[in-house]
Parts: sequence; C-alpha cells; structure tokens
Amino acid sequence: MVNYIIRRLLLIPLILFGVTLLLFAMLQFLSPVERSALYVREIPRNERALEGIIKKYGLDKPIYVQYWTWMVGVEDPHSHEIRGGILRGDFGYSRTASQPISDLIKRRFPATIELTLWALIPVVTGGVILGVISAINHNNPIDHITRVFGIVGWSMPDFVLGLLLIMLFYAKLKWFPPGRLSDWANQVIMDPQFRNYTSMNTVDALLNLRFDVFLDSLRHLVLPVITLSYLWWALQMRVTRSSMLETLRQDYITTARSKGLPEGTVIKRHALPNALLPVITLGGNMVIGLLGGVVIVEVVYNYKGMGAAFAAAATQLDIITVLAFTLINSLIMVVAYLIIDILYAYIDPRVRLD
Amino acid sequence: MTDLETLGFTPRKQNWLKKLLGVDTYRIIKGLITNPVSLFGFSLLFIFVLIALGAPLIAPPLNPTTPYLIPRDGYSQIPKPPGSVWKVRPPELPFWWNSIMKTDHWVHIMGTASGQWDIFYGVVWGTRTAFRVGLLITLVVAAIGIIVGVVSAYYGGIVDMILMRIVEIFIAFPFLPAAMTLSAVLTPIIGRGIFAPMVALMVFGWTGFARLLRSDVLSVRQREYVLAAKVIGLPDYRIMFSHVLPNSIYPTLVLASMNIGSYVITFASLSFLGIGAEVGYADWGELLAFARDWMTQLADYWYIVTFPGIALVLFVLAWNLVGDALRDVLDPRMHGR
Repeated sequence: MVNYIIRRLLLIPLILFGVTLLLFAMLQFLSPVERSALYVREIPRNERALEGIIKKYGLDKPIYVQYWTWMVGVEDPHSHEIRGGILRGDFGYSRTASQPISDLIKRRFPATIELTLWALIPVVTGGVILGVISAINHNNPIDHITRVFGIVGWSMPDFVLGLLLIMLFYAKLKWFPPGRLSDWANQVIMDPQFRNYTSMNTVDALLNLRFDVFLDSLRHLVLPVITLSYLWWALQMRVTRSSMLETLRQDYITTARSKGLPEGTVIKRHALPNALLPVITLGGNMVIGLLGGVVIVEVVYNYKGMGAAFAAAATQLDIITVLAFTLINSLIMVVAYLIIDILYAYIDPRVRLD
Repeated sequence: MTDLETLGFTPRKQNWLKKLLGVDTYRIIKGLITNPVSLFGFSLLFIFVLIALGAPLIAPPLNPTTPYLIPRDGYSQIPKPPGSVWKVRPPELPFWWNSIMKTDHWVHIMGTASGQWDIFYGVVWGTRTAFRVGLLITLVVAAIGIIVGVVSAYYGGIVDMILMRIVEIFIAFPFLPAAMTLSAVLTPIIGRGIFAPMVALMVFGWTGFARLLRSDVLSVRQREYVLAAKVIGLPDYRIMFSHVLPNSIYPTLVLASMNIGSYVITFASLSFLGIGAEVGYADWGELLAFARDWMTQLADYWYIVTFPGIALVLFVLAWNLVGDALRDVLDPRMHGR
C-alpha cells in the first residue's frame, strides 16, 4: 500500500508541470498589454509605459525565462518587492474585478465551499439510494420510474433545470429566492456585532447564534444544492443499479439468504459494500461535475462565489483571471484523483498490486 | 422424430433476412427495433433530423446568405408572448402556414426574447446548429482518441507511458471550466462565434475515447489473429487499423452516441454563459441566455426558457436513448439489464 501511494505521489509533480505548461501555452496567445496584468494593476497608458513594463518584467525574454518568472515572480529593482509568481500565490490582477486575483479568490472561495459542502451529502448518498431502490425492485414499476428519472435526468442540462426551478419556485411561488442572503440578513452580517469566523454564512450564523440568518441562508441554498446534485444522481444511480444487480446474483448473496438472514441485512451488509466499488471510480466524475456545476449554478442563482467570478471573467475575456481559476481548478482535480485512487486501492487490493 | 428432438432440441430456422444481413447485424438491428425505449429514441432523432433538413422550409430565412442569424421584430427589450403579430419586416410565410395557422400574417409562434429575436426561428435553426456542433465535435474527438488509444495500446512501453501521462494532464482540467478558458483565450484570435467553443471542446474532449480504446485494444492485442498478422509481416499501421481496431470499436461507438449529447449540453452551457455563439445566433443555449435578463419575471416570460429548453432536453435524450440501446445490443453482457 505504501509503495502504491509513493508511486502515485511521484506522478503528481509531473502532471502539475504539464498543467502549468499547458496554461502557459495559452498565455502566449495574449498580447503583452494583457500579459502585463500578471504584474501591474493599471493598463499601461502609452507605448513608452508598455515598453517599460515589458523590459521590467522580462516579457520579451526567451520563453523558458518567461515561464520561470511566471512561476516565481520578478523582483522590482527599486522597491525590492517581488511581484507575480504563481508559486507564491500571486496570480496578478483582475482588471475586470479591479483587484488582485488572490484577493478575489479569498473573498469568493468561502461561498463556493459552503455551497459544495451543503451539496456533498445529497450528492454522495442520493444516487446510491436511488440505485439500490431501483435494483432491489428490479423490473417493478418503481424500477421503471427511477430508470426514467435516470435517463431524463442525465439528459437535462443543469442550467435548464436551474432556470425551470427559478421559474417555478422563485418567480411563481416565491418560496426560494436567488442570491446568498436576503437584504435584511445581509445587513445583519455586515454589522460589526456579527463576528465573521469563516465567511460561510450558515456556519457564521450558527456561531453567532443568529438562527434567523441561518434559516435565511439555508433558504437560499436549497435550489442551488438540488441543481448541483441531481445531475450527478442520474449517473450514480445507473452505475449503482447495474453493479447492485450484478452483486445480487453472486453466490455469497444466495448463501447469506439461505442461512436465513433478513433481506435488509443481506442488502446492507453483504451486497452494498461490494456493489459500491464501481461507484467510487465515479469520484473523479463527481469532482469534475461539481467544479463545472458550481460555475453554472452560481451564475443561474446569482450566488456570489468562485464560479460566478470565473464566468464573469470569461465573458469579459479577462484571461489572466480565468487562467488563475483554471489553475486552482486543476489543482483540486489532481488532489481529488489522488484521494480517489488511494481510496480505491485501499478497498480493492487488486489495484495496488497491478 | 430424431434423437436430438426427443432431447428437446429443435432445429433452428434461419430466416432470409438473417441470411441477408449476417447473424450479428441481424441481431443488432432486431435488438434496436424491438426495444420500445430505443424505438422512441430513434423516432425522436428522426424528427430532429427532419426539422434540421427542412429548416429553410419550416422557417424561411430573411436573408438566405445568413440563415443562422435569427430575424428580429424591432429592438424592444420587452419579450412578446407567443401569438403576438410580427410587425417589423416579417420573413415570407412558409408553405404550411395557411393550412395550420389559419392566418395570412406571420405570428411569433413561440414568442420573442428580449431584443425581439423570434424564438420559433431560433429553435428550428438551432436544431441544425446542435447537429453540426455535436457531430463535428464527436467526429474530431473520436478520431484523436482512436489514434492515441490504438497507438498507445499497440506499441505499449515508453510510447504508452508518454501518451497516458499526456492524457492525465488533460483530464486534470475539469471539462466545462477548461472549455470556457480555452474558448475565452481563442475568441479574440478567431473571433466571436461557434468556432472558438467548438475547438475548445475538441481540445479537452478526446481523453475519454483514448482511454476507452486503449483498454479495449489491450484486450485484443494478444489474440491469435493479431499474432498471425504479425507473422505474415503486415506493416504496423495495417494491423492496427484493419485488424485490431475493427475488433475493439463497438464500445467507442456507444461512447460516441452518448457523448454527442454531452457535447451539445456543454456547448449550450458556454453559449448560455456568454462565451459561445454570438447574440442572435440560432443556438438553443444562446436563446436560453436571454432568460438571464428576466430571472425575477420568468413566470411571465416562461416561453424564453420552455421552448429552447425542451428542444435541448429532447435532443440530448434522443442521443442518450440511442446510445443506451446500442450498448444493450452490442454488449451481450448487458442483456436484461
């Protein structure tokens, strides 16, 4: 097992190197004016200012030198302060949001984390439950209904579902509003009395014992969480179902049944753990789905998180910002793949011996 | 009675169709047309094909040189509901109009979006866009994936290692955000339109095919007929593409038909976010993007979401049903699931 983890860890620097190379290649499509946003806030006003910046930050140096400065930053000859350098967490300036990208990320990240955390439980369990229900009712009406849900759900783009939910539950019924908080709750959290611990509204509200604010932010989270998790349910349900059907046909299930175990125990203790193996391999898809889904969901529900900032930057072709977000996204992906692989190797010994 | 029949064997009758098509093709076609779900998928798809082919007849373009630009009825920002009369420069009436609509003037059948773009026209011509986008992306992506997968599995060793590391680099980018990024990078260079997002989807879409084909080829590579082909001295490319590939291509076909739907969805998402097709282009995602102006009043302007939304969902559903049915038929292990 340790061997497997070491082998797997050794690959990571290689993949990250490839990722940065690819992003750096995209950077080369930009004009020097656009690339100067990596180091300075203002758009250079005239030719001379631009030339100064190009000289100062080495934007005319050979490609490999530029790659290096992009990674570690450049020292300002006068103030001796280092600027840029993605390894230092300095991604440059977002000219559309007019602030350093790292600040933008810091401000927006908690909202997205909050949304994803709330979505995690329905995302992980929902599809499995549906799949199991479908499999143990094989070829019953219940099975057919869940299967239809599975295939229609899989065909429904998340933004269409989001628009339909808004149409019904916000515009028509006024149950669940978009955004992160109602105006009155926003005033409460802006108040200096309200201590900001995590910038996640639900957590902060609980820590400040403001249950009205907590309920309000939950109300804003209901629709985004549904939209974020349902697409994933459809896929997960299909995989769980077919893997469960396969497992239920195994000899050890027959043995368990014939020694007189109740059906519930057979399914929970004997079938489900084995049937869940293929579901874990979907973990990668889950993270992909969440990272993409967050962008769509935050835009549809006007939820001010990372995804919304990413979409806004992309629409305005603020590519320096977009690339910074993409870099963070792929970091998350790489870590997620690592965790999933190790988890899988831990559960299924055949993998690590390969 | 012969001995065999007493034991319960009946001699199989071969019908003429089976003889004509061959056992395998017969089984596949029979499986596809006897399954109600796949039949539904195929009919849906057939209807979409008809709409796409007949688009100029169903909704005649105002200007035949730019048919994908939706004609607009003035410039007012307030959407008009279905059934309102087309006042400013309506296109000519299609041949079916008088018999079905019973009026002699053009009416916005599905209403207009903000900016008075006609939704009906956009939905009809959007079918063509969906087919073009889905099929073209899938073709290119499958071709790249097939080449990478076959070469990687067939040669193995260092080639396989390098190619698979490249695949791993590409899958480290989540699909939709990566496509958004590349699309944003390419837009200033090749201009705003459907081309930049399509290229972006192609660049990040091929990895699934490469991995699937690689594992399928790996299982075929050691078969006797491949060894035989090597023994008689066939060149590598002949072995790869005329012996190995045909025997490992079926799962790829299934993946292709399932993926067309997801490429169309991702493309529509890009348009919805405002980095895909330009405003007024006949594309379902682009039409749905108009709904973003009216989030709080969608109950009144339901038609902006409903019609393009239904078209998009049904289109993707059709491909998924077809893919599902193909998988059931092509993979005998999946029978009865």
